[in-house]
Amino acid sequence: MSSVIAIVCFLVLAPFLGGFLDGLDRKISARMQGRIGPPVLQPFYDVHKLIHKQTIVVNKAQTFLMLTYMAVQLFVGVLFFAGSDILMCFFLLSTGATFLVFAGSVTHSPLSTLGTNRELLQMMAYEPAVLLACLGFYLAPPDHTFVVSELIQTPVSAILYLPGFFVAFVFILTIKMRKSPFDLATAHHAHQEVVKGITTELGAKNFAIYTITEWYEKVFLLAVVALFVVNANPLSYIAAVVVALAVWFLEILIDNTCARVKWDVLLKVTWVVTLLAAGVNMLILMLVF
Amino acid sequence: MFVVPFLICFPFVVSVLMFCIRVNKIRNAIAYVSAVIIMVAVGVLAVQWGLGGGKTILLYKQTEEADIVISVAELALMCAVTFLCFKYKRYWISLLMIIPTLLLEWLEFFGPELAPVNHVRVDHLAVLMCIIIGLIGGLIIVYAVGYMHGYHHHHLEFQDRRYYFFMLLFAFLGAMFGFVLSASLLWIDLFWEITSICSFLLIGYTKTDEAIENSFRALWMNLLGGTALAGGILYFALTQKDVSLINLVEKGVMGNAATVIPIALIAFAALTKSAQLPFSKWLMGAMVAPTPSSALLHSATMVKAGIYILFRLSPAMADTLTGSMVTFIGGFTFFMASLMAMAQSDGKKVLALSTVSNLGLMVACAGVGQAETVWAGIFLMIFHAISKSMLFQDMGAIENSTHTRDIEDLNGLIYRLPMLGRIMFIGIAGMYLAPFGMLVSKWAALRASVNEHNIILALLICFGSATTMFYWTKWLNRLLSSTTEPKIRDITKKNEQISLIIHAILMIALCVLFPVLSTTYVEPLLLETFGYATAALPSTLLYVLIVVIMVIFAVPLIAYSTTKNIPANQKISYMSGANRGNNRDFTDSLGEPKELQLSNWYFKNYVGQRKLMEPSSLLAAAVIIVMLSMIIGGALR
Repeated sequence: MSSVIAIVCFLVLAPFLGGFLDGLDRKISARMQGRIGPPVLQPFYDVHKLIHKQTIVVNKAQTFLMLTYMAVQLFVGVLFFAGSDILMCFFLLSTGATFLVFAGSVTHSPLSTLGTNRELLQMMAYEPAVLLACLGFYLAPPDHTFVVSELIQTPVSAILYLPGFFVAFVFILTIKMRKSPFDLATAHHAHQEVVKGITTELGAKNFAIYTITEWYEKVFLLAVVALFVVNANPLSYIAAVVVALAVWFLEILIDNTCARVKWDVLLKVTWVVTLLAAGVNMLILMLVF
Repeated sequence: MFVVPFLICFPFVVSVLMFCIRVNKIRNAIAYVSAVIIMVAVGVLAVQWGLGGGKTILLYKQTEEADIVISVAELALMCAVTFLCFKYKRYWISLLMIIPTLLLEWLEFFGPELAPVNHVRVDHLAVLMCIIIGLIGGLIIVYAVGYMHGYHHHHLEFQDRRYYFFMLLFAFLGAMFGFVLSASLLWIDLFWEITSICSFLLIGYTKTDEAIENSFRALWMNLLGGTALAGGILYFALTQKDVSLINLVEKGVMGNAATVIPIALIAFAALTKSAQLPFSKWLMGAMVAPTPSSALLHSATMVKAGIYILFRLSPAMADTLTGSMVTFIGGFTFFMASLMAMAQSDGKKVLALSTVSNLGLMVACAGVGQAETVWAGIFLMIFHAISKSMLFQDMGAIENSTHTRDIEDLNGLIYRLPMLGRIMFIGIAGMYLAPFGMLVSKWAALRASVNEHNIILALLICFGSATTMFYWTKWLNRLLSSTTEPKIRDITKKNEQISLIIHAILMIALCVLFPVLSTTYVEPLLLETFGYATAALPSTLLYVLIVVIMVIFAVPLIAYSTTKNIPANQKISYMSGANRGNNRDFTDSLGEPKELQLSNWYFKNYVGQRKLMEPSSLLAAAVIIVMLSMIIGGALR
């Protein structure tokens, strides 16, 4: 029963939460840069406007690919909040992300294709850390399980056993949340802000789909961050929310203080951090427990 | 069971027929009929064995006549290989054939009295292998009849020796059946050598310099494995007076010290056959041959022989140095080959490297030696056989129609060659996307490796999955990318199409039947091999998986049908304001029209074969040499 509530909450509330966080993000970023910034509800106004426009495409397949992308990512979130297998969730998440890549490349547009290539590279960069985080959850004592509904029942928070995995996961979150220095795939064009890599050819309704899916995904990812903290004690949920928000704020801070890097730096740094933080943590876990 | 000797002998009989009949039409007809007979025979074997309760059946204890036939065959093979080695001035390679053959002949006729063994064993693993070989192999032959017709139509520079080609294909199938059904190591050795030599002859089919070079590389690498195999057999026979594979594994599981060396040597032989680093080059070189032979080598036969023998040895490799060696080499090959595949734009080479990479994963699963990992390995093997056979056949057909196999030239293929493009999409999606079997098996392998606390394998799988996803997705990007180029005339023959479509149906069907297959077949198989069975994915999860599979299949279909008729305002793509209206040309800064060329990323200077092949081969070779020395030295001490 509680899983049904969780699923419904996720489906209904996640876009509002995601959009609200997005608005705050823009506000905080603006303040960091000494601007006033748009209203907090601006993302909702944007999406509202986009949804009511006609469908504009370069290739008709875009719409169906974007819808599939959204449906699969939503499905992943549902599986997660239903307390299913976390490794399965992440394997499905990459399959879903592939549909976004297809939607970017199907246009044969230069900027979009460039963004697609970069998106693929980013996926390659963050995939190991994501999979390793799942393995970390499994290895954390006391019971070996990938099942989310069992993971939230552990007596102590997983983060105590998984600091390295946590670091690696937060590190790749910068990529997943499309934050500088790792926002290659949606990097702004030199002179025009509307041209954003993989999303270049996503017009009107499709762009709304993209934005809403990003909101869902953001909530899902922050929920995974929270999973590091949650344990059998109900009070841990408060701590989890605090940690998730702290991570979210950290990402904004990183976004505003770092210059975008080149693709090879992105790949190398991410893999090295993954290997050192998560890999070493895993080694210790395997040797000790 | 009459069907067992029939399966082994019939392909050889057809093989001789193929060589004798020089009228194409008659030969083709016989090839079709024989391929169907082989598939039916495999079906009969499976049904007969299944109706008997699916128990292990041991046959043929007394086989004096057959043993003599086998000895004669080995000697004849030795003479033939030696002749070819001298003809092409690769004298030393003949030693790799002569020494093991003579040693085993000595063992047979002058060696110690060996305990009588059952020569044939029909069990779950053997029947599964027979189904793969018969079904995929049969389909490849059906495909080959049409393909080779077109091949010699286009390549007039090569002598038309189809009689020879089909002879080899059938001999190959016969040898594979013999290999997987044999329980005696002496028989296994003969069939092992036949597959090595058949692949050598197939690779050299066109007789160009490159083909000859590559064929001899394949020959020496595989014969090196054959020599190790013979050495292992000899050691086991001399110390234990036994040549039964099952006894070898059983004694190995009990910790009999005399089995350490034979198991290590046979595992080494399997690594050469499965084209693991440092022996991957022979499989890469095998692509010079016509496509059906690549399909056969990469999917159903040759390389799966190595995997099969590793699965057999698997229980005895658990927690041993040999197991660690096999696991490391497998995992390392999985990762390195997938890196190298990223830098390839030649479709066939990507396929070949992906074969090497996936074989690495199967090898690693076998090396860990636990029921769970082998569960994952067996599913990888089943799915890989189907998708790879399909992809190779499709690539061959595409090459016939477009005269290119460069992925960059195949832009928008799904619109230009709809049927072949779609098959390619299914094949590639089957290699790495949910809900297809390969991904699920990889997932299972990851779970199993972490369960066994094998950190190196777990890390290699995590990183290897990332690189695997990269090279397949960018291929699909090219396939789907919209284009204004004209349609291409599809000259694919009927029989090629039939084979391709059956593959596609099989793949989708297996995807849905996956959980059923696990409980009804693979778990009994593991029970038989290990004495216990744990599926890497618990059954509750398998049922969730069925739901997931349905959703992932349904979503794109529903999305497609609902959006198909939605009116959409179609615009030209953004090119900094200079699109000439067709999404392909733009006006440059001098006002001249220019064609837009888009391509994928390849990182040739980072992960190209030239960059990585040598160092990774050296590292793998060093690991193998050091670990084999440790194993053998430790056992002899």
